[in-house]
Amino acid sequence: IVLFPLVRHSRVRAYESELRAARLEAVPLEPGDPHPLKSITVTDSKSRRGGGRRGSTSSSSSSGSVAPDPLSSMLDGTDPLSMFAAASASEAPTLSHSTAVGSGRKRREKEEEVGPDFEPWSAKRGEILARFTTTEKLSIVSEKIHWLAPSPNSTVSEKVRNRLEELDDMEEGSQRELLNLSQQDYVNRIEELNQNLKEAWSSDQKVKALKIVIQCSKLLSDTSVIQFYPSKFVLITDILDTFGRLVYERIWSMCSDSRAMPESFTADDVNDTAKETCLNWFFKIASIRELIPRLYPWQLGCTCHIFIGIQETLPRLTAMIRGIGDPLVAVYARAYLCRVGMEVAPHLKESLKKNFFDLLASFRQIHSDSVQNQLVLQRVEIPVYLTLYSPAINWILQCVSYRAPEDYINCAEIWVEFTCRHFTKREVNTVLADIIKHMTPDRAFEDAYPQLQSVIRKILNYFHDFSVLFSMERFLPFLDMFQKDSVRVDVCRSIMEVFIKHQQEPTRDPVILNALLHVCKTMHDSVNALTLEDEKRSLSLLINGFIRMVSFGRDFEQQLSFCVEARATFCNLEPVLVQLIHTVNQLAMETRRVMRGNHSRKTAAFVRACAAYSFITIPSLTSIFSRLNLYLLSGQVALANQCLSQADAFFKAAVSLLPEVPRSITVEGKLRSSEAFLLDFISNFLSTLLVVPDHPEQGVLYLVRGLLNMVQDYTWEENSDAKVRVYISALPLLAAMSQDTYLYAIPKVDSNETLYGGDPKFLAEVNKLCETLIGQVLDHLKALGRDEGAGVRKQGTLAFSLFGCLLAHGDLRNNKLSQLAVNLWNLSHKHGYCDTRNSVRTLEYIKHQSQQPDMAHLSEMALRLSLQSRA
Amino acid sequence: MSVGLDIRLKRANKVYHEGEVLAGVVVISSKEAVQHQGISLTMEGLVNLQLSSKSVGVFEAFYNSVKPIQLITSNIEVVKPGKVPGGKTEIPFEFPLHAKGNKVLYETYHGVFVNIQYTLRCDMKRSLLAKDLSKTCEFMVHCQPQKGRLQPSPVDFSITPETLQNIRERVSLPKFLIRGHLDATSCVITQPLTGELVVENSEVPIKSIELQLVRVETCGCAEGYARDATEIQNIQIAEGDVCHGLPIPIYMIFPRLFTCPTLETTNFKIEFEVNVVIVLQDDHLITENFPLKLCRV
Repeated sequence: IVLFPLVRHSRVRAYESELRAARLEAVPLEPGDPHPLKSITVTDSKSRRGGGRRGSTSSSSSSGSVAPDPLSSMLDGTDPLSMFAAASASEAPTLSHSTAVGSGRKRREKEEEVGPDFEPWSAKRGEILARFTTTEKLSIVSEKIHWLAPSPNSTVSEKVRNRLEELDDMEEGSQRELLNLSQQDYVNRIEELNQNLKEAWSSDQKVKALKIVIQCSKLLSDTSVIQFYPSKFVLITDILDTFGRLVYERIWSMCSDSRAMPESFTADDVNDTAKETCLNWFFKIASIRELIPRLYPWQLGCTCHIFIGIQETLPRLTAMIRGIGDPLVAVYARAYLCRVGMEVAPHLKESLKKNFFDLLASFRQIHSDSVQNQLVLQRVEIPVYLTLYSPAINWILQCVSYRAPEDYINCAEIWVEFTCRHFTKREVNTVLADIIKHMTPDRAFEDAYPQLQSVIRKILNYFHDFSVLFSMERFLPFLDMFQKDSVRVDVCRSIMEVFIKHQQEPTRDPVILNALLHVCKTMHDSVNALTLEDEKRSLSLLINGFIRMVSFGRDFEQQLSFCVEARATFCNLEPVLVQLIHTVNQLAMETRRVMRGNHSRKTAAFVRACAAYSFITIPSLTSIFSRLNLYLLSGQVALANQCLSQADAFFKAAVSLLPEVPRSITVEGKLRSSEAFLLDFISNFLSTLLVVPDHPEQGVLYLVRGLLNMVQDYTWEENSDAKVRVYISALPLLAAMSQDTYLYAIPKVDSNETLYGGDPKFLAEVNKLCETLIGQVLDHLKALGRDEGAGVRKQGTLAFSLFGCLLAHGDLRNNKLSQLAVNLWNLSHKHGYCDTRNSVRTLEYIKHQSQQPDMAHLSEMALRLSLQSRA
Repeated sequence: MSVGLDIRLKRANKVYHEGEVLAGVVVISSKEAVQHQGISLTMEGLVNLQLSSKSVGVFEAFYNSVKPIQLITSNIEVVKPGKVPGGKTEIPFEFPLHAKGNKVLYETYHGVFVNIQYTLRCDMKRSLLAKDLSKTCEFMVHCQPQKGRLQPSPVDFSITPETLQNIRERVSLPKFLIRGHLDATSCVITQPLTGELVVENSEVPIKSIELQLVRVETCGCAEGYARDATEIQNIQIAEGDVCHGLPIPIYMIFPRLFTCPTLETTNFKIEFEVNVVIVLQDDHLITENFPLKLCRV
């Protein structure tokens, strides 16, 4: 590329033509405009002849008496063009081709400041050209350019003279009117101008190049064949772009050591010569008479960084556009300005916004008479006319909204409510997609969590049907924008709250399940070592709410596999695991109900699978009472489903877990003795054991014995009667076990009563066990008797409990037993610590019972029980 | 054999102030050695006054007043007669800028009837066989910043048919109301003229709104004077039927060289005015005139 043709070091003088050049430059005259110099110039016909070949297009007058014309002599110095020439003279040799290329590369890098997520103008071009076409005839009418230009004088150099000739050429060429052009002709003509521009530039005819640019800009004020205007805009701004590139590279290369220039150079980096050149361009452009031909090159100046101080220039240009009366011309000028703004200073949002607001403010212009008349004249309908605006408005909006996440999200937050209220999920999904698109670059969402949360809340307000909600394909990606853990969990929480509140029916919708599993998993995964118990509890509650709402109906296996999956997903939240075990137990019971108690081979296998699920899940719980209770419960369920060995395993597990129960546990943050809980559990356990049949390979009552052995070996609290209490409470069980028909039974499960059929050996075993227990209790009572204080009081209470037990369950016709009972009564009353009212009532009960058949022996015993035994 | 003679000033913008030193180099470039009879530099500052044709009759009597006024002049010999070697030779020079006598260095101004210009000319005298060489370059003088604070002098204006003067048939005028303001009529020459203009309403659509910068040059002396107003530039600020109610910026940059701080001397005056020109679509032309005072701070 020969940007800067070599300029001679010494000037060749051609005095004749220099003389000719001494004419004043043609200054276009308005009719009636007094020519400032006319009055004192003498028309020199000779000099015009001298100019021979070019007739009289320029007013060839030369000043008669004026000494060196100041205007033209300036040309030699500060005129930008001579500046270029001068610069090339001194710099051309040092400027290598690579510098120019290098600067081009730099420029491209600069453009990339906007980022690849910004759809560039070049992407819009083709579409606009294809969309806005016409079959009407077009015309290019060029007028003279009015600007303030210094006039030549007698000392003007050859160089300047040449330029003046070019100007005249240009004016000659431009003064024609090209009519009846087809669209293609028009495009060709514009392309021709583009080529002319490049040629003019490369042959150092900078003013000609600028004039072409101004001429082209002028075409943009012409709205005849209005439907072609957008395409015209594209074609002409292409030329402007070409010019901008050339100027930029020129100025770049004028900075003597352009290699060392920072990528985005500022006024300080530019040397004086380049600065002066820029200023000259600036003054030249600022003095262009007409608004639009001034406005476009001015904007172009921004892209070339000619005008240092973009901060002020962009708002000024924005305001200047208000002077354009035609709304279509104005909107495209705004689009161009936005484009310039995005290119040079994408961070200066203010003027982009101002452009947009000005656009709104002047929108009513569309309905002005001027526009309407024009449309009538051109026979263009309003709807067609309005489409002409779309590329420009689209572009302006794209610029305004680009990386303006804050404004964007504030609008979107409001907009989404409107969409939710009045439209369907499809439109809401579109809005979500758009929000994602805008908030993802630069992780803009990080600053907009409150708004994004509000978006979610609004959607949840209007969409209670979760199958609809989750069928919006951008909903989950939207949730992915909440990347700060606390916010993310909050959002999930609010979703789950709405779900639990509004979901009426259990669901098996895979979309809902997948999405909510994802949501719940998010909540679950937020749990770490630092999570507060309360937090865990509330999260668990929400997840449990979800699990409870999942039902696959009769598809039990599916349900079980869901629980398997859920267990894997929520393994860190104990309450959820507990819920899952309950769910599975319930599932087993549901199966039993459906089968009316008669399991098929398949359902039997299934309930065993349920049992297995519980069996392997329970050990992972840390709370020992949860484990115990769940073992017991699951054992009961297994038993109910005739899974004897499974039930056995549960109970055995429960028994073998007993020694691990700590003496104190934490309940609601406070350390408490576990004794009461343990006693409760054991009582519960004992009552279950009534129906549990003995294992054929184990000894009689092996579970009961096992349990009692554990009780015996357990390290109870010191001075505690708990162990003895357990013994006492085991007595009713043993009594129940020795009945012919048990108090309760499980359908289809044979309890010991059936297994042993009242075998005396079995009964003897039971009796022996009773005796052992009673013996233990009595030993304990004896031991308590040695302690005068609290021991005696406890002794009384325990003795009375045992008495009650014997009374209720023992066969008091047995003299030994009845004697024992009487002794116990007396013992309990011995120290006067017993509750008299209780005693009285007991006595009344005994007397009442003695009225029953076969109970006469009680009346005899009652006589032996005295109320007053206080010593 | 061609010889190049050039003057390069040190300052790229060629702007100097009184009391400063005008420095630069004379560049002589030639392939071979150049024989010469001496190289000299001449610096000159002149005020040229012209009389407009309409005034010529009146002023023939005192043509004295149109003689150029010399503000500064200086001549030095740079090189004595001899030979300059081939290649590029740079000869540095310096001129102190001091006005003649009690004169002041007025600011460079290129007008129609008044011109204030500073030039630097380099002459190379040569033997009879070779032509003398000469090179002229202009440098700019900016006057010293004016003392005292510039008072901002905003002007509000409101133009309606009723406010107009010089109209033939007031009845035929369409109704309109145009309001606005200029931020200042005392302007700093390096700062743009700014303001705002609002077309509140107009019966006939607007065709164009323009700012016309006018120079008012007065030449004369005690005996009489000639005063001429001519356009410097015309800047369109609105084209077509602009949106009513929306303020349009008034913004005009004072062109360099063609404007200078408002100047009043015994022999001549240079003043400036701006016209806000509103052209209606029926070609009615409405002008509002504002005298300006330009200064340099």
